[in-house]
Amino acid sequence: MIKAIPKPMEEIIDYVKDFNKLLIAGCDGCVTVCEAGGLKEAKILASALRLYFTQGGRQAQVDDTSLTRQCEKEYLLQLSDRIDQYDAVVSIACGVGIQHMAEIYDKKIVFPGVDTCFMGVNEERGVYSERCQACGRCILAETGGVCPIARCSKRMLNGPCGGSDKGKCEISKDVPCGWELIYERLKTLGQLDRFETPTVPKDWTTSRDGGPRKIVREDLRI
Amino acid sequence: MRLQYPPNVRIIEVPCTGKVDIVHLLMAFEHGADGVITVGCLEGDCHYVVGNLHAKKRVQRVKEILDRVGLGGERIGMYNLSSGMGGRFAEIVVEMTEKIMELGPSPIRLAQGTAARAAGEVAA
Repeated sequence: MIKAIPKPMEEIIDYVKDFNKLLIAGCDGCVTVCEAGGLKEAKILASALRLYFTQGGRQAQVDDTSLTRQCEKEYLLQLSDRIDQYDAVVSIACGVGIQHMAEIYDKKIVFPGVDTCFMGVNEERGVYSERCQACGRCILAETGGVCPIARCSKRMLNGPCGGSDKGKCEISKDVPCGWELIYERLKTLGQLDRFETPTVPKDWTTSRDGGPRKIVREDLRI
Repeated sequence: MRLQYPPNVRIIEVPCTGKVDIVHLLMAFEHGADGVITVGCLEGDCHYVVGNLHAKKRVQRVKEILDRVGLGGERIGMYNLSSGMGGRFAEIVVEMTEKIMELGPSPIRLAQGTAARAAGEVAA
């Protein structure tokens, strides 16, 4: 899932300090799971902003809500009958949801309330780590289910490099070497012979190198 | 024990401080509380194992939020007491009340123009 972290309160206050009617819009999808942008976080942010405005002697209206998914038009349209009453919206969905909100309500000022970080897993509550960079051409079948694009700091296709030390990456002793993980996994699977065939250069046109991406599935379109 | 402590304290009972959420604590300030203390069981003695440890982190988070919105994090505190420490509870309430008296009324309450109430609320 997409992982995000709340923006510092000072930054959000700086965005909204000149507005009087605000809507804090959470998302019940990925950002709820990583506890950065769900309904509870929307309530906390709205409450904090109300305290900020009130202690400064301002009469500001700060409401909160949460949509099932801000990355889908049908759910965003649920705000259509009331969004006009607000001067601005702070969306605490991921970057996708924030942009979609701004697209659907193109005359409304939309501020981000989170920093969207990566696609990753919940290692435990409060600990999330990256697993996929959406390169557009998955090679997990060849690498024992461990992605060298997301988990090797150099995105090497034929690793490890000389910086690997005792299974850790040279960037930090807390970061496992992606290629060490691949080696261990292939060893467990009895597929170490895969290392005898070098991986051919990757076609990066399906990644960001090919510009902004779009999927059109004619089989699904109505 | 007939212990005395300031009467301007409202006690809100919860089954465990682990039930106290950040939203509840912020709501107390929104409603005009001058200060809030969360009183949980001694660390290591939680019936639900980690309820009071969760509360500690939440109180810390609210402290940071209050600092950032200009209210001041010193208006909230977390204490750990056993049910046999009534005397200490009374002392803490007195200490907190004095501290809040020094800080003055909550700017929220002043802005809302509500009646003067000297001290804070207690979640126990």
